[in-house]
Amino acid sequence: MKRRAFLSGLVGPALLAGAGGWSREAGAEEAPRAWVGATLWVGDGQIIEDATLITSGERISVLGKAAPVPSGAQLVQAHGLILAPGWIAVETALGLVELERSTLDVEPRAEEHPDPIHAAYSAADAYNPLSSLLGVARREGVTDAVVTPRGGLISGTSAWVELLDHFPGRALLREDLALHANVFELRDGNRPPALSLLRNALESARLYARSPQAYDSGQTRELGLSLLDLRRLAQVIGGSLPLVVRVARGPDILRLLELADSYQLRLILSGVEEAWTVAPQLAAARIPVILDPSDNLPSSFSALSSRRENAALLGAAGVPLIFSSFDAYSVHNLRQLAGIAVAAGASRSSAVRALAFEPARAFGMGNDYGLLAPGRLANFCVWTGDPFELGTWAQDVVIRGRSVSTRSRQNELFERYRDLSRVPRGRAGLPPSAS
Amino acid sequence: MGGGALPSPPALPWESQPVVVVDVQSPLTALVGATVMTGAGAEFPDGVVLFENGRIDAVGPRQSVQVPAGARVIDVRGSYVTPGLIDTHSHVAAAGFWPQDPALPRALAAGVTSALVSPGSANLIGGQGVSIKLSPGRSVEDMRFPGAPPVLELACGEDPKRAYGERNQPPSTRLANVAGHREAFQAALEYGAKFSDWQARQQSWQRNAESEGKLPPEPAPLMPPRDFGLETLLGALQGRVLVQMHCYRADEMLGILELAREFGFRVRAFHHAVEAYKIRDVLAARGVGVSTWTDLRGFELEAYDTIRENLALLSESGVHAALHSDSSSLVQRLNQEAAKSLSAARRAGVKVDRNVALSWITSNAAWTLGIEQQTGSLEPGKMADVVVWSGDPLSVYSRVSEVFVDGRPVYESALGPARPTDFELGRGAELGAPNPRVAPAVNAAGASSPASNAAGTTP
Repeated sequence: MKRRAFLSGLVGPALLAGAGGWSREAGAEEAPRAWVGATLWVGDGQIIEDATLITSGERISVLGKAAPVPSGAQLVQAHGLILAPGWIAVETALGLVELERSTLDVEPRAEEHPDPIHAAYSAADAYNPLSSLLGVARREGVTDAVVTPRGGLISGTSAWVELLDHFPGRALLREDLALHANVFELRDGNRPPALSLLRNALESARLYARSPQAYDSGQTRELGLSLLDLRRLAQVIGGSLPLVVRVARGPDILRLLELADSYQLRLILSGVEEAWTVAPQLAAARIPVILDPSDNLPSSFSALSSRRENAALLGAAGVPLIFSSFDAYSVHNLRQLAGIAVAAGASRSSAVRALAFEPARAFGMGNDYGLLAPGRLANFCVWTGDPFELGTWAQDVVIRGRSVSTRSRQNELFERYRDLSRVPRGRAGLPPSAS
Repeated sequence: MGGGALPSPPALPWESQPVVVVDVQSPLTALVGATVMTGAGAEFPDGVVLFENGRIDAVGPRQSVQVPAGARVIDVRGSYVTPGLIDTHSHVAAAGFWPQDPALPRALAAGVTSALVSPGSANLIGGQGVSIKLSPGRSVEDMRFPGAPPVLELACGEDPKRAYGERNQPPSTRLANVAGHREAFQAALEYGAKFSDWQARQQSWQRNAESEGKLPPEPAPLMPPRDFGLETLLGALQGRVLVQMHCYRADEMLGILELAREFGFRVRAFHHAVEAYKIRDVLAARGVGVSTWTDLRGFELEAYDTIRENLALLSESGVHAALHSDSSSLVQRLNQEAAKSLSAARRAGVKVDRNVALSWITSNAAWTLGIEQQTGSLEPGKMADVVVWSGDPLSVYSRVSEVFVDGRPVYESALGPARPTDFELGRGAELGAPNPRVAPAVNAAGASSPASNAAGTTP
């Protein structure tokens, strides 16, 4: 138990309080602002025409038709514009990866970490608020993300981050948000050994949780997991920490529902290409599902029944939907995914909820995020039209009451190359005023 | 030893007969009343498209197109009609060509009627790509685009570097990539020279035979052994074979253009080419096309500089710009990707018309594959590859309602999903309802399983 002793020496409040280390509130001192005449996509399905939304500091203070504008508030004419909650990207490696083959903190290298259980790995340890991907995502209306590790059987915990445009700032809002697992999609794995590993880990955690003191004094049998792994796993039993499991096949989903019952897991399912085949069961168990509405290919034998109506059928059955692109590089296309879901029969209301309200609720952040409502954080976007349409864009992105930058290095590249006569070409062709 | 005129040289093995495109039979059909976007820049708000026997007869505003008696008239008011879309770099059927790839019917139902199937970019000399039409078939021969020029796919950049570098073989650097291309083209030149030499020796042997009135004592010169790889490269040097070059970075593309100048071949188009906007003046001047994505970026350092305005800037400079998928998923929404590029360009202040955006996935794509005389626009004489959309094809909500390939209806959304591949059969019984993609029961008439009812509630 050398390893255990070594790791227990490291655990302390200092390690887990990372978020507090970054100061400067984003919008605490922001003056009140009032958007007048806008159409509000509230986020729960409700649409309010010709309405006013007023922010005060970091939060939304008032919202409704003909809401009185307090004196001193900055007035923004928003006639013809649509306000919608900031999108929340889940199951994303945003800030954990810059390039797939070089700067990769999302997944341990298998040859260095062959152990399939990394419950103690935390995305918060790697999140880079200076990633060049953030500006690209923010420009398309993404204000928050659940950055998620991958790899192994148990991948580790995700973190809730705000896509701030300045550093340092309070970007990391909550670490250890949920535990993520790949039981059925384990690389080079197959189902019985993977499930047995998972059950064994849960049993060990249960034993540990029964008496951490006994464990610390060496009276517990060998549990085969590190102390940090045990602590984290113990949190998912009973549901104080959600367990997000990647799964595609319909029968596997049913198997997981049974497992969730026996350990009182707070389950969120992810991927779920065949979930439409078990929609009533998911609805009855009130399990939120994370899916990509553009998935319609039988891309593996676990996903033979993939179909474009997956979101529509699940939504109609009452399953809470969350949309994801499952990567870091196309997070900016979230709103297109919502449009694709609607084109395949999902209700617009379920599609709006899937981008903000449902992810906020599923990950335990629903009190602050996901809706345009008084008291909620003022994280929203001002769209030139239907935010799901491809011809509209975000005129303003607001995080904690403050308008943030929607520029990225992509915009600077465009500007640099807009006029080619200003681009240097060596000794012979250096323009007089090249920048 | 005799003088006199040289007999004509023996034919070279690659000098085949020109392909005769045999048209298919298809009924006289008139699509009437839609907004017709021709793909060649024109748009008719209340238009007619008339076609028969695989070819387009007439396109234009309603008052200018005479619909003959006996035509099947389809009222498509409120819809949009465009040419069939073309994916210049698709991933469908790519595993050595698998005609049962489930991506094929999905691409067809997304309005894609032609595609270039690429052999991949792990090798410097990737091999021949094949242009296909998406009417289902049993083999690549069934699906081959008739009369399409052969295509040679070459790669530079990370892919060959990585694929070979990991095996500790050259090329493991960009320098070695270029050296590899140079060696290959040099070998092709020498290969061609061997055959010219053989032709000359043949000619003089034959002349001897004729002047002597009898066969010369020595046997006829033997044709050099054939090498099909070098023959394709030689074809590229001779302009018979279109070179599609997979390249991301601006500096690499310029390097390849230098190589092309050195050996005297033309690059038809750079594929991926996310930095093409940086050298669009050169590409326009050299007549080189570009085939790229809208916003795929970041997965490699060489794709770090993708900008969504790329296609619009290229079109503005007069480059043949096309939008490709290289993906079984993206091939199903080429129209949406074009719309995003258009929107980003407009947001950035680049003036670009929606018909230009359509050309990225129709007429310009056809030019990239050298099939622009056959398809890619709605113009008389071209193949009747036609798509009817439920609304503006650049809207995320629009769906394909009907697809014609060579004038034949191959997909109609009201009749249910596109014909599934063999691979997808047999999932019905276990799911308690007929497989919605197999059973014609799920249709506009509404008699269907509960599942399809829920899915049918499109707003």
